[in-house]
This record gives sequence, C-alpha cells and structure tokens, in this order.
Amino acid sequence: MSEEKARQQLIRFKDSRAILEVLDLAYDLGIRTFMCTTHDRIGEVADQMRAHPNRYQDFIYFPCMPYAHKYANSVSQVGIIETIQRFSTGGVLSTLFRGAMGALTRDIYALMKLLVDAEMKRFDGLRTPVIFVQNVVTDLLLGMKLYPVFAQFDRYIRERYQAEAGFITMNLPLLLEVLEEVGVENPIVCANINKIGFRMCGGVDAYRQALRTRKCRAIAMSVLASGAIPPREAIEWVCGLEGLHSIVFGASSAGNIRQTQELIERFWGPRSAPATLPATAAS
Amino acid sequence: MSVATRRFFPEGPSGGVRRELKRGTQFGDGAPPFVNERAPIRVGIVGAGKMGLSHFAIANGLPGASVVAVCDTSRYVRSVLRKYAGVQTYGEADEIVTDAQVDCLIVATPTSTHFAVAKQALQRGLHVFVEKPLTLSPAESRSLADLALERKRINQVGFHNRFIGTFQEARRLIRAGALGTPSNVHGSAFGQVVVKEQSSTWRSKKSEGGGCLHDYACHVVNLMDFLVGSPARVSGARMQRIFSTDVEDAVSAVFDYGTMTGILETNWSDDTVRKMSTTVTVHGSQGKLVVDRQELKLFLRDGCAFESYAEGWTSRYITELQKPVPFYLRGEEYSAQLEAFFQAIRTGDMGHENSFASSYETDRVLDLIKRADSLVN
Repeated sequence: MSEEKARQQLIRFKDSRAILEVLDLAYDLGIRTFMCTTHDRIGEVADQMRAHPNRYQDFIYFPCMPYAHKYANSVSQVGIIETIQRFSTGGVLSTLFRGAMGALTRDIYALMKLLVDAEMKRFDGLRTPVIFVQNVVTDLLLGMKLYPVFAQFDRYIRERYQAEAGFITMNLPLLLEVLEEVGVENPIVCANINKIGFRMCGGVDAYRQALRTRKCRAIAMSVLASGAIPPREAIEWVCGLEGLHSIVFGASSAGNIRQTQELIERFWGPRSAPATLPATAAS
Repeated sequence: MSVATRRFFPEGPSGGVRRELKRGTQFGDGAPPFVNERAPIRVGIVGAGKMGLSHFAIANGLPGASVVAVCDTSRYVRSVLRKYAGVQTYGEADEIVTDAQVDCLIVATPTSTHFAVAKQALQRGLHVFVEKPLTLSPAESRSLADLALERKRINQVGFHNRFIGTFQEARRLIRAGALGTPSNVHGSAFGQVVVKEQSSTWRSKKSEGGGCLHDYACHVVNLMDFLVGSPARVSGARMQRIFSTDVEDAVSAVFDYGTMTGILETNWSDDTVRKMSTTVTVHGSQGKLVVDRQELKLFLRDGCAFESYAEGWTSRYITELQKPVPFYLRGEEYSAQLEAFFQAIRTGDMGHENSFASSYETDRVLDLIKRADSLVN
C-alpha cells in the first residue's frame, strides 16, 4: 500500500461511524468476527455495539493489544515508568492503592495483567473469545528471549477472561518452536502468509514446514502482501497451504469483502467454521 | 548514456576529503583480533529506552549475536532486565565499557552523551554502533571517525533509511544515470512527535540533542546525502518553534550542490500522519523520481527508458524491493542495519554502510543549517 493510500484510509476511518459502516457491510455478508487493535476509536465502536445488542448479537471481537503507537509515543515522551502509570487500570492512584508501585511493576507478570486489564476495559460486555498480542510485542519478547511471558499471558487470558490467547508475529517458525518449548499447546497464531514471502521471516518453505509439522491454529494475514499479489492468485495459493486454519483480511468496501469471501469459498470449499475461529474475519 | 557523476556527487565538504572507505576494505595486518567466527558476537546495549530495547530484541533475534549486558540509568529497568532477560546490568556507561565481556556496544542514549561513550568504547577496542545522529558537533563526529579508523574498529550509525529497499533502488537508479543529470532534490519528513506543549524528556531539551533538527531532519539530510551526495553550502535555513519551548519543531533549508539545488522541509508537529513519513523527489534532465519507504515512482521522458523502466511512470513497491531479514521486529531496515554491523565485525569490512565518517557529513550539514538559521534570527 502506498503512503498516499494509507493517508486516505486514515482520513476515512478517523470517524468511528465509517468503521461501523464497514462492519455492517461485513456483518450483512455473514462475517461475524472483527479483529482490531485496541485503538481509542475501537472504544467508540464497542459503545455502539453495546448500544445495539440485537443488531450485533453474534458479533465476535478479536482484540489485538496493545495499540503500540500509543505506548511507543508515550515512552518517547515521558519514559517507561510514567507510561506504566498512565496506562494501568484506573491510573496511578488505584495502582498505588493496590500495592507499592515499585514492587508490583518489578514483577513483570503483575504488570502484564495490569496492562491487559486496562486494554480490555473497553470490551466489557462484548464477546472476545480470542485475545491477541500484537506482533511488535510478541516479537519484542521473542527477540529478548522473555519466553515465559507467553505462557503467563496464555494462562491469564484463560483464567481472567475465559478466552484463548493469540499471538501475532512476523517470525512464525521461531514463535511456534518457542511456544511449544514453554508449554503453550495448540496455540492460535496469526502471521503474514503470502505467496511472495513478504515479511515471512525464515522464508516460505520454513512456514510451510512449520504449518505442516507444528500443532497450531494459524491465521494468515497480509495474504495479498499489501496489494502486491492479485487477489485470485493470492487466495488460491494461501488456500492450498496445508495446516492453515483461517484467513484475516482488511476490508473497506462491500465489493472487496464480497470478492474476497467468494474467492476463499471457491478455493477452500464450503467448510464448517471452527467454534472460535471463523473462516474469515474482517479487520 | 554517460553521466558525469562527479559533478553532482561532490568529493567532500568544503574542499575536504571523504573519509569513507570502499566496501571490502579490510583491517589489514596488525589489526586487533576479531571475534571468534564460530562464537556469537557478544553485544552490550547502552541506554534501554525505546530504541535500546528495540536493538536488544533485534540483535538477540539475529543469528550469531547475543545481548549479554545492558547499561541504563534507571534502577527499575536494570532490575527487570537482570531478573527476566538474564543480562549483566550496569548503571554507568564507563562501567559497561570497562567491565562487560562484550565485543561491541550499541549506544542508544541521548545524543549529547554519544561522543564520550563511543570514544571510550573505541579506546577499549570495541566495535560501536551509535544511534543517530552521531554527535551534536561535526568536530566531535570527525574525531570519532578518525579514532575508529585508527583503532580499526567497525563503526556504524543508525540511519536506517539506507537499508530500505525503495531508497536503495532510488540510489542505484540515480547513480546509474537513469535521471540524466539531476537538477533539483526535495527531501521532507513529517510526523506527530510533538503535537502539544510539553517539556518532559531529553528530546525536548536542546542541550541533550533534542529538537526536530537532530532527531528528525537528520534522517532526511542523511538520506539526501545517500541519494545525491552532500551539499557544499546551505544557502538559507529556518528552525521554527510550534509547541516546544526549548527546541525547534520544524526545519526548512535550501542546499547548494554546485550544479544542483536542494530543499529540505521537516515538521514533527504534523498530526495528519500516523508515523514518520519521509519522501525524497529528484528531478533530472531525463526524468523525475519520487521515493518513500513504501513506493518508488520513476517518470522517464520520451526516449529515456532505462533497464526495465519504461517511458512515463513506473511504480515499484517495498514488497518487491526489500530483501528479507532473518528476524523482524519493526521494519526490515532495523534488522538489516544490525545484520550489516555484525557482518562487518565478522569479516573486518571497514567499507560498510553508515560509517562514522559518512555520518560526519550529516552532522556537518546540520551544523550549516544551524549557522544559516542564526543569520536569520
């Protein structure tokens, strides 16, 4: 996607009503799952969904946290400590009330829980069967070899939200190896998977091998590689992959939602969608 | 088609001589020993802020390197990294330089501290990667470049745009003469770093190297240098405050390359863009090129087709032009630059990209901008 197109989309989706319009289109075409970052505007979308429960009763959210720009900008502006205080649930006063800030945040698992709760607040009362970690965090932890955090996140999401953890990554073969090592079984993972190998670290063959041999529920994203591959060719290729579970695609108009949905159904055939992972999800 | 590249790629600033070495230039006899080729390169990180942690993860994620030590002034950050990442931690830069068992340092502290840390590390015989810009003074940058050459240590600066496929292809096209003789270059960067009044971190303090000039405009100046060479003079410049009290939020300048003119336009208080957006346009006698990190657009006049680029407009995208990296965190370029750094350490290739000497060129132009601005204000 060109920077100009990204700018145009930014302008168009500045208003949460424009996001809702696309969601309505997708919903009417039978798509029930919405994968989204925990951007502030998503809070407004969630408010609308809560306000119209009958209209959106089957709607499923897959929140992807955190909205990284928010944290990155904050760390640049005010540093790590103040950022933690800024974004933990209820702000710094309640955090201090719950325990000594220093001791609490030195335990990074306690810190993780604080931040997850803060991000999940806006989804209160909505169905969130899978809660994802954004790739910038997954891959930061992967690179820093903070592997036990993955298992802790997985456990916390199950216990606190009765949901499953999902991990978005640009390094799928490495992540699957590590998740197996720390005991996260049959993980839900989401990665760029496309015919030209764009942002697939380790290469297409390593991805094929990982999908074939590791027990996981993999969701392909960036199937069109930012528009570098024609839709039909891109979807035919990805639907032919052994071990792929779902496809997530970006959507902005009824035409392209319908086209993508038809192509997936043509190349994957009619299949019963798994309980927690529909065959298609709009982002 | 022949192109007189020397006319528009001046040999150096103000009659000086470029100190960059050609790719493949080796250390030669008598150089200090390199790392054991089979053992991982041991990396130390100085400064565990946003960039430091990003470098930590990428360096550790790349094959053949391992982060073993971190220095940061925050006791909290040190305790977390020691406990969970299992690295040695230090509170002072001179401690990590003298005590840590490392082969190289990645310096990601405020710019005002770069000179002292890099100098000490080079004197100890470490290879050094420094976040951009190299220092706040051309004289200090020059002396670090000289010291690195004298000590024969790999020395690199984090101008990551040079590792983006679209910009690399743009440079190749310009150098190969696809545009004919360049006449104008325009470089710009916009982003939303400071969109309200604030004064809380080093980025908002002039004395520590904050401000749009050193934090933002430096990327564009360095990229323009990469594409068309560095200007001999800065004909005029303005550094303007929008929200900040101690630093500038926008920088504009006019460059004189001799046969070519350049315009620089940067503003980090632009909330119409989600993240930093850098674009360079080059006009030449045979066409025009517009390039950003996503896309390269080349227009060629009638009769000026070049290689696979036809007359008229051709667009090529990052998906096609970017080389894959073995570990990805936040853009291939961040991984590619550290991969290049480690590769240079292993091979002893002193002619690698973004040497201290090439970054001195950027610091020299930034200094010329400051001087030109002071004539106005």
